[in-house]
Amino acid sequence: MAKIVGGINVTHVPYIGRAIANNLQQDPYWKPFFDGFPPVHQWLAKVKPDVAVVIYNDHGLNFFLDKMPTFAVGAAAEYSNADEGWGIPTLPPYIGDQDLSWHMIDSLVEDEFDIVTCQEMLVDHAFTLPLELFWPGQHPCPVRTVPVCVNTVQFPLPTAARCFKFGQAIGRAIESWDTDARVVVIGTGGLSHQLEGQRAGFINKEFDMMFMDKLVTDPLWVTRYSVPELVELTGTQGVELLNWLTCRGALSGDVTKVHGNYHIPISNTASGLLAMQVA
Amino acid sequence: MGSGKQKRVIPGTTLFDGDMARKGYALNKMCFSFNSADNRAAFLTDKEGYCDKYGLNAEQKAAVLSLQVLDMLAAGGNAYYLAKLGGIFGLDMQDIGAQQTGVTKDEFKAKLVAAGRR
Repeated sequence: MAKIVGGINVTHVPYIGRAIANNLQQDPYWKPFFDGFPPVHQWLAKVKPDVAVVIYNDHGLNFFLDKMPTFAVGAAAEYSNADEGWGIPTLPPYIGDQDLSWHMIDSLVEDEFDIVTCQEMLVDHAFTLPLELFWPGQHPCPVRTVPVCVNTVQFPLPTAARCFKFGQAIGRAIESWDTDARVVVIGTGGLSHQLEGQRAGFINKEFDMMFMDKLVTDPLWVTRYSVPELVELTGTQGVELLNWLTCRGALSGDVTKVHGNYHIPISNTASGLLAMQVA
Repeated sequence: MGSGKQKRVIPGTTLFDGDMARKGYALNKMCFSFNSADNRAAFLTDKEGYCDKYGLNAEQKAAVLSLQVLDMLAAGGNAYYLAKLGGIFGLDMQDIGAQQTGVTKDEFKAKLVAAGRR
């Protein structure tokens, strides 16, 4: 059966794309963010995943409000990035893993998660930039991919408890896939930030630190909060932490922290990075 | 229009729920079209005509033409789609944040940095 080697959660601010394109990794503004990644690169070199299941939210590239799935799973041979309208570079396509996609779809629906399936799916910065950060400068990306999109755009959003259970179902799906593939689960977005309204610029360092700590040792801690409470605590976009929680749900057994990094600000965002491994 | 349900009030914050999604559909659909460079150029050539093509109401059109983000949000705009409109004018998230909070861009950026020191 396939093995889940661990999970990595990371912020997905669009301007990271521009910083990479302009080689600003050692610029004083960006350095505290990019310096978080070498320990993750070393860990990935050690655990050697073949496939990445990437849990993210689309920001109006593939999905619009005409059709807004709560959970969607990609089932394409290849996933293209495209012009997102805000002037960040478009990245080359990513290779899919249709065998895992359809195995996950079968297993998730059997597990009563009635997801939307996508044989064509554009992937935005929330999918592409984490892969660029984890495997810098490698085109094509050295892992095959399965995108999993969670609605964090139009309320009602899935509850934290539902996202954790969805993650658990993703974990069961991967671990029942009859191959010897090694799989890393990635969750993107957050941490605290709010783009809109008079409260724009809201950041909650104290909550973020607690969340990053609890996510490793006691992930159900965050499920005590309703989605509106999470918005109040972390901002309208900070609620993307649901993707981190979904990723964590996929990890079972003894989970330990490999490496973490946290820096304020990147754009309007408290940036976070958390790699976890499964014993 | 409206669900009639009591909603949680978070100061300075609007949850983009069904009521807002209904209200802002035309505005957000126009902004979604700005993923295409051709559409961005067409908008700049005739902003008012482009708004009319997407059926924006008077409130939405006035907000777009004056580029007032809080007005666009009140008219049902969603931050992710509005950011595509902001991109046409070269506005980044600190420009948009400063405008919404009534401070200069430098002041807004200083506030973000200060949040990291707490």
